[in-house]
Amino acid sequence: MNGGRIIRGHAGIGPSVTGVALVADDYFSARYDLDRSAGVFSRPAHKLYGQSYVGRVLVLRGAKGGVATAWMLRNMVAAGKAPLALLLNIANPIMVQGAAFADLPFMDRFEADITQAIRTGETVTVDPEAGRVTVHAAQ
Amino acid sequence: MRLIELEQEMLEGRHGTPRKWAMQQLMRVGRFFDAEDFVEVSQVHLMADAESLGAAGVEFLERVAKAPPEHRRARVPTVTDPRGIDFEAYRRLGQTEKMAELERRAIAAFRAMDFLLADTCINYQTVMPPVLGEHLAFGDTGSTIYANSVLGARSNFEGGPSALAAALTGRVPRYGYHIPVNRRATRAFIVKVRPRDLSAWGALGGVIGRRVQSYWEVPAILGIEGAPTSDELKHFGAALASFGTVALFHMVGVTPEATDLPAVMDPGGSAPETIAGGDIDAFYRSYGGGGDKLDVVVFAAPQLSLMELRTLAGLLDGVAVHPQTAMLVATSPEVKAAADRLGLTQRIERAGAIVLKGVCFYQMHAREIGEAMGWKRLMSNSAKLVNIIAGYGYAPSLGTMEQCVAAAVAGRVPKGAE
Repeated sequence: MNGGRIIRGHAGIGPSVTGVALVADDYFSARYDLDRSAGVFSRPAHKLYGQSYVGRVLVLRGAKGGVATAWMLRNMVAAGKAPLALLLNIANPIMVQGAAFADLPFMDRFEADITQAIRTGETVTVDPEAGRVTVHAAQ
Repeated sequence: MRLIELEQEMLEGRHGTPRKWAMQQLMRVGRFFDAEDFVEVSQVHLMADAESLGAAGVEFLERVAKAPPEHRRARVPTVTDPRGIDFEAYRRLGQTEKMAELERRAIAAFRAMDFLLADTCINYQTVMPPVLGEHLAFGDTGSTIYANSVLGARSNFEGGPSALAAALTGRVPRYGYHIPVNRRATRAFIVKVRPRDLSAWGALGGVIGRRVQSYWEVPAILGIEGAPTSDELKHFGAALASFGTVALFHMVGVTPEATDLPAVMDPGGSAPETIAGGDIDAFYRSYGGGGDKLDVVVFAAPQLSLMELRTLAGLLDGVAVHPQTAMLVATSPEVKAAADRLGLTQRIERAGAIVLKGVCFYQMHAREIGEAMGWKRLMSNSAKLVNIIAGYGYAPSLGTMEQCVAAAVAGRVPKGAE
């Protein structure tokens, strides 16, 4: 897992993790977009409609909608139905509060559009404390 | 972050484990946003329905509630957002005992923390309206945007865990809309058509929200002549916050910080965009359903004021909701008591509707209700509700309150309402 492209962002929240990316040019709200018991995107208009986000490094444009996500992320982690990490171009306070409460790895404010810099299926390491995402070369 | 002595003591656990957790939660958020210190708040509005909390959230609250009273009680007045269960109506809606039990446990924990169970998202209309410059920790997007914009108070979106932490400490990190320079408008919209009713005000909020799509953008609205009502601004703000994750708007000549455009506009802000009647019409058309059998009409999101209930009662006098269609109306416990006393509840329920108190439809396990009741096609006059509810397996239609009532009586979504 050495080498690869490095994308820098603002220092984030949560532990360092490595996993497979799921990327879309769309927004994120746990309440508006997800069937949290099935672990899939359930909003028909969402670009990831029908796809499972469980255990993936979820990469989206930004936060959307209401405040419920602040509670929901912790329950999703406890139920084993959470993404492994969440990367957004720009967060709102709700996502940050929810990630802090859930101890879910979370970053934003990257040097490039994160939804263009990472492709679905790539393996990435997210290191929130260092403010660094590493995209590993295909094996 | 710079801490004063009391903050340092709370962080070290000298005021108990809950306040220590609360300081840690707030500092993680504060550091993320480069906050330099904390700001004291005078009121907290806590969103914590059991659907959002889940079992993990309720267990967390119960741990706080078991701490000694001097460690667990709120430091500032804290009112609750709608609950997920109306205990007088939940069985009729196909909600389960398990859902009710989770809600009971959350309520018991909130009582132990000395929270005021107002169970309302319109606390700015019904509990204690904030004032210009007052720092708050408000926890519903609709209550935050209204307090920030219409009243000139100062709050970020404080989601449940952070609002809980604010209640336990009496403060929040100073970032975002607590800082005057961040309150300047970055976008401007010239509105060419005045919305004709509450749903059209919501549609206008939705049109602008879809274009903004960032918490850190502040829209300035121009072209609104004469003051809108509190209910009109409530629907506008709730939709703007829901579609755009926006926490503050300025309406020039209407909201208190926007005496004129230069008073609020950032010199680096973008050129004004125009919103015309066609944009509002297209927004309605984006929700279909004309001619479909109608399963349920919902008036909620935000909860209805006494004035909205009066209008609805007038529309329902002498008519009956179709036997194959349900109608739900959500308001706060205090407004419900007033509506009972004034005979409005009886007039609304005589037509076949159910008036719910202390809840809001999308916060009450709407997916499970839909599955239990066989509901799919939903109609509402709330742009916010139709935005949220598609993710819960419903097919939503948007119409005026009059169109919603006519559709409920006919049992079908009218053609041309979409």
